[in-house]
Order: sequence, then structure tokens, then C-alpha cells
Amino acid sequence: MLEGILTGLDTVFTLQNILFLMTGCFAGTFIGMLPGLGPMSAIALMIPIASTLEPSAGIIMMAAVYYGAIFGGSTSSILINAPGVASTVATSFDGYPLAQQGKAGKALAIAAVASFSGGLIAALMLMVAAPFLAGISLSFQSTDYFALITLGLVCVAAFAGSSTMPKALLMTVVGLMLSTVGTDQIQGVPRFTLGVIDLIDGISFLLLVMATFALSEALLQILKKSDAKINNGPANLGSMKVSKQEAIDIAPPIIRSSVLGFFIGLLPGAGATIASFLSYGTEQQLAGKAKGKLFGHGSLRGLAAPEAANNAAATGSFVPLLALGIPGSGTTAILLGALIAYGVQPGPLLYINHPEVFWGVIISMWLGNVVLLVINLPLIPYIARLLTIPSQFLLPLILFFSLIGVYFISFNSFDIQLMVLFAASAVVLRLLAFPMAPMILGFILGGMIEENLRRALLIYDNNWSFLWERPLTFSILVIAAMVLLWPLLRTYLLKRAQESAR
Amino acid sequence: MTTTPLSHVLVFLMFALLVLTTSAHGQSSDNPQILKSLHLLIPGAAGGGWDRTARGTGEALTRSALVANVTFENRSGGGGSKGIAYLLERKNPRMLMVNSTPIVIRSLQPAFPQSYKDLIPVASIIGDYSVLVVRTQSPVLDLKGLAALLVANPRQVAIAGGSVSGGTDHIVAAMIFRAFGANPRDVKYIPYDAGGKAMAGLLSGEVQALSSGYGEVVDLVSQSWVRILCIAAQERLSIAPDTPTCVESGAKDAVFVNWRGYFAAPGLTHAQLSSYQHTLFEMQKTEAWNDVRDRYGWVDLYKPGEEFSNMLAQQETKLRILLKELDFL
Repeated sequence: MLEGILTGLDTVFTLQNILFLMTGCFAGTFIGMLPGLGPMSAIALMIPIASTLEPSAGIIMMAAVYYGAIFGGSTSSILINAPGVASTVATSFDGYPLAQQGKAGKALAIAAVASFSGGLIAALMLMVAAPFLAGISLSFQSTDYFALITLGLVCVAAFAGSSTMPKALLMTVVGLMLSTVGTDQIQGVPRFTLGVIDLIDGISFLLLVMATFALSEALLQILKKSDAKINNGPANLGSMKVSKQEAIDIAPPIIRSSVLGFFIGLLPGAGATIASFLSYGTEQQLAGKAKGKLFGHGSLRGLAAPEAANNAAATGSFVPLLALGIPGSGTTAILLGALIAYGVQPGPLLYINHPEVFWGVIISMWLGNVVLLVINLPLIPYIARLLTIPSQFLLPLILFFSLIGVYFISFNSFDIQLMVLFAASAVVLRLLAFPMAPMILGFILGGMIEENLRRALLIYDNNWSFLWERPLTFSILVIAAMVLLWPLLRTYLLKRAQESAR
Repeated sequence: MTTTPLSHVLVFLMFALLVLTTSAHGQSSDNPQILKSLHLLIPGAAGGGWDRTARGTGEALTRSALVANVTFENRSGGGGSKGIAYLLERKNPRMLMVNSTPIVIRSLQPAFPQSYKDLIPVASIIGDYSVLVVRTQSPVLDLKGLAALLVANPRQVAIAGGSVSGGTDHIVAAMIFRAFGANPRDVKYIPYDAGGKAMAGLLSGEVQALSSGYGEVVDLVSQSWVRILCIAAQERLSIAPDTPTCVESGAKDAVFVNWRGYFAAPGLTHAQLSSYQHTLFEMQKTEAWNDVRDRYGWVDLYKPGEEFSNMLAQQETKLRILLKELDFL
């Protein structure tokens, strides 16, 4: 291994490769910051440039674009409530409230530090154990994925707080229903498309999240304008400084979420989105009653956890990619295509046949994360200044960019109409105090839950016994049940204790 | 908005790149043999199989200077419908659309508005033969062994694939086991949403075999993660002389190739059509194409115009029978 690390250092620390690494980091963060463009589009944009480089330089650059885009993706979630990719949805839960409380600078700084730590911790784990971790990637079957994603849904559904629980559950169901629109992944039959060809591929995540988060937020601000003066004087961006107490407070969640994120990232059927939701839910549970209540209203822990987890998961997803040649997401599929285009065959023999690629990528992640932090921290005051733009200019810009962002992916005007429809419904629902986050959660996870459950049922001939016969599935489901039932049980026990005391 | 200048810079950079590449190839376009430009329409997203085929073709065409400038356009949506509709609407004689076997399947299904018969088949260029694979440590030794297990107890043999039920991977599995006397409807097919995930499913041990394409499994075969039981080609492939065909393993008529090729919108002249066919034919002889083809494990399958439509018609007949037996029609 030491030899490998030296090979890696040797590969990375050449002027040329450091240059490409920095280019990748720059391009990745900036493309990731644009609402609507995620890691996938960032990598696709870089392929023409990368294909002219030699394999190790090209892969180092594209890996940098990948984690750079995830790094930058938090910016639009925090500032304008517009998560461009599913893995930064959880970031907006607490990041946007923080920005609204005038703490945009601090939120961006914490997101950057959390991403940095997540990337660094995961790269360390990757370096120590990559060849041995491939087994974990293959240990999960459809039934286990079903249980894991259910746990993710339950974890975050629980954060809604008891007062709005019925509304949160209702919105989760709405999200689950929306996820069933389009071609069914098992039978290939179009469902709930109303005969509309444009709905055959289902509703796109980007469209739904832009409409219900960014667009509806902007529209609501316009509606509320009369009673609340936005930007009274020069907006207060807050200090970027994080107090010692706050740093101590967020360190354990960051470390836990990084480790959790890395392991979830190893699974080809899970990835950064599930990692971010699971870590968010876990931290909310662990935070205790008082601090847990803050989640969703600008909790620093709630911001740090998913940011650390999604970066760690992105790093973790390199294990199945490099060690097995199995891509877990569209993004890693493009990376795999690029590797093959270089004539580099991923798999267990990669670190024997192409040690400079294997170790080069891993070592470059260390340097890459440092570069990202160095690029991002000084830029935060400037980026946060976006919010000082008077709302009569900022709001139309948000409307414009959300619509254009969605249109540029599909070039389909139907999407714009659908977006307006969703945005209008979201405004009405939000005025009635229905939360949007559980809906988007149900939408993202619904499709995955359904697919894995139905596949498991096919394999087990419609026999539900796998729920308790596979130890891994059973254990995860037991945890999910505990998360769901514990608050109820706790109130019941407290009541009984009070009664018996009387 | 801080992002605006950046997107300007990006657009400018791309534009500059485009200008540079076009001007670099400018001199060669004096030769009448060379097509000046070609626009390839990809009815799916970046990174998919269609995308890879189109960009691979484009790379070979420009590197060998057969076409001065190749541009690409992704139009995904409606399971490929959007791309077809766009091609028909534009009627641009410079635009070719890449497509593959699923276009024949969807032409059989009433849910989709257009058929491949609405388009002009230019030529098929590559094929990927279907294969049946098992894990290396699987107790199953050959196709006959798996078929015997399946015929004895179809519930015990789950076969994975990277497309929906009624898609190519399912049809091929059904076709192979039907030849051994199994009822195609008894074949327990487990769909995954991509070939990579289906492979992960096989390696996790939740299914017993995987129906896939040779090009998709070749890497894991060479690393001894999986073994190929048989390949659904007419004869053994020269790139894999030790892999038995399904036919020689006892599955009569079990031949299936997932072709990829190009279509144009009606309305292009005969001269234009034959110049495209000529260019694609010439491309097959170039070194650049050899590189691209071998890199992805593709097999040449050049069939222009008439030959292409005959292959499509044969495939349609075969698919219609199987889909009927599987109750999908």
C-alpha cells in the first residue's frame, strides 16, 4: 500500500496534473453552483477536454469536476432554495433558513468545511481499504436496498415535528404518488401519463424541485412583499466566523456523517442522495430534543451533516467504479465510459495494471479537497453578496434561471408549462402551511423503494418472507420501525410515569 | 448575479473551441469525397448506449477526416419518442439519428405513436450479441445445465437483465429457454434499470444468471467475476473463439443481435442517402474506427439500406412471436 501511495504522490505532484486538478476543481464548483447543472452535466461538459489528456490526468480532472460540482451544489440550495441535484436537497432544509436569518456567510462557510471534511475522511478510508471494500458493494441485495431506502424516508419524515405531522405525511404521500407517473421500471408500462407522451419518462426531479422550492419561494416573496420589507438597507450577510462552541457542536456530526456517507456511497444502488437524507435523519435523532427541534429552522448540525455525507458518498462511489467497474449512478456511468475510452479497464486488476490511475485518483482527492476549500472560503463573501441584490432584480432573475435551467436540459416547452402548474400549486399549499420537503423526499425515494420492493417480490415469488428472513433487511427495518415509533412510545411512557407519580 | 459572467465565459469558450475545430478541418473539405458536416441526433441522455455509439462514430469520422465536422444533439424524453418526433419535424437532410433494437419493439406496441417504418434506414453499423452469464463460482457448468434446472423448476432460476420485462434482455432469455422446451412465460425474469445494476444484482447472488450484451460483460469476464454460458450469435466470434454459441449448446435458432445504426427523416435525396452509406462504409476500414470499436467491445455489423430494412423486418417477426407468447401483445 505504501508503494501505491508513493506512486499516487508521484503521479499527482507533477505540474501538469496539479494544473488539471485545479482546473477540474474550478470548473466543477462553478458549474455546480449554477442552479440546474449538477455533477452529471459538469462531467459531460468536460469530456471533450479530458479526452485529449493522458488517462491519469484526465481521470484526476474529471474526478475533481465530480466532487467539485457536489461541493458547489450547496450554494444555490443555501442562497436561493434551489437544489440543482437530489443530493443537495437536504442541504436546503437548514441552509436556506440560515440564509434568511442573515447568516448566509456562516452557512456557506459551514457547508464548505463540512464538504471538505467529508471528502477528506472518505478519501482516507478509500486509501486504506479500497481493494477490500469491493465486497461490501456487492453484499446488498434488492431487499436490503428496499429496507435502507425505507429507513431514509422514515428518518426524515420524522423531522417534521409533531404539530405538522399529518401535513408532512400527506405531502410525503403526494411525493410518492408523483413518483409513480411515467414508465414503470419493472413492466415497462406507462402509468398515469394521461396519454401525454411528454410524461412517459415521468416527471423530472429538477423540474419538480425548481418549481416547488425555488419558483414557489420567489413567488411567495412577491406575494408577501407588502407586509415585509425585504432588504432593509444593506443586507446583513452575517459574519463567516464560526464560534468555538459551534465548531465543537458540529464536529461530531461531521465525522459521523462522513463515515456513514462513505459506506452508503459504496453501494451501487444507493449513493449520495440517500447518504445525505440518512445522515440528516440520524443527526436529528441524535441531537436530542431541544437541538433536534431546530432542524429545519436553521440548525448548523442539520446543515453540516448532509454536506459531509454527500461528499463522502461521492468519494465512496469510486470503490464500485474503480474496483469492480460497476457504476452506481448516471454520473459514475459517464466516468466509467471515460475510463474505458482511455483503454483503462476498471476492476480488481486496476491497481495492478494501472497503479498510476488508481492511486493517482485517490491521492488527488486529498489535494483536490484542499484546493476546493482554498477556492471556496475566500469567495464566500462575494457569492453571498448575491443576496444583497434588491429583490425587484433578484426575484425575476431566480424565476428566469429556474425556468431556463429546466428548459436547457430537455428543450421541451411542455416542461415549462408543467413547472408553472407545480409552482402555482406549491404556492397555494405553502400558504396553507403544507411543507414541501417531505413531498420532494417522497418523490426521490418513492421510485427507488418501489423498484427494489417489486424486484424483491419477483425474486421471492410474491412471498414477503424476505422481510424477516434476511438478517440485514430485518435489522434495517427494525431500526426504521424504532425511529418511527419511538416518539409515540416516549410520549406514552412519559404520560404513564406522570400518572403513576400522581 | 455572479453566475452570469461565468456562463458567458463558458459559452464563449465553447464557441471558440468550435471555431477552432471547424477551421482546423477547413482545408480538407475541398475534397468532394469528404462530407463537410454531419449532425447526429441522440434520442437519449448523455452517457447512455446511444450517446456512446454516436460519439464513437463521430470520433472515428473526424479522426479519419471522412467528415470535416460532426456535431451532436441529445434529445431525450418519452423513451426515445421525443428524438424521433424531432427528426421527423425538422426534416433536416444533414441530421442522422442513432437508434437500436428497442425501436423495433416499441414499433410493435400501441403506446408509442411512431414506428421505425416512418424513417429512412441509412445503415446499421455495429452489433452487440446477447449473452447469458453466471457468476464464476456458480455450480452451473453450461447452458444445458442451467436449462435443465429451469425446466425442472422454473421458480428456482431467476434471470436478471438491464431492461424492463418485455425488453430485449427478457426476450432473449425467453427465446433461449423456449428452445429447451420451457414455457417462455415461466422464465423468471428480474428487471433492473441499467445493465450495471443488473450485473451488481448477479454478483450479489440474488439471481442465478444474467441476460446481457457481450460488450457489457466482457470486462468482468476477463477478470473472472462471471462466465459466459453462451453467446446468441450465428457462429463463434473471432474475438471470443472459446465462447460457445447458444445454438451449438442446444438452443435452436437462438440468435439475437442488438444492432445500432442510423436513420434519417424522409425527404433526403438518393444521392445524400448513398453518400452517408458510403461514408459509414469507408469508416469501417479506418484505424480510428478500429480503435473505437475495440475499445467498447463492439462487433462490426454494416448493413446499408435494403439489407438493414430486411434485418429489421426479420427481427420484427421474431419479436412479435415471442412478445405474443410472453403476453406482452
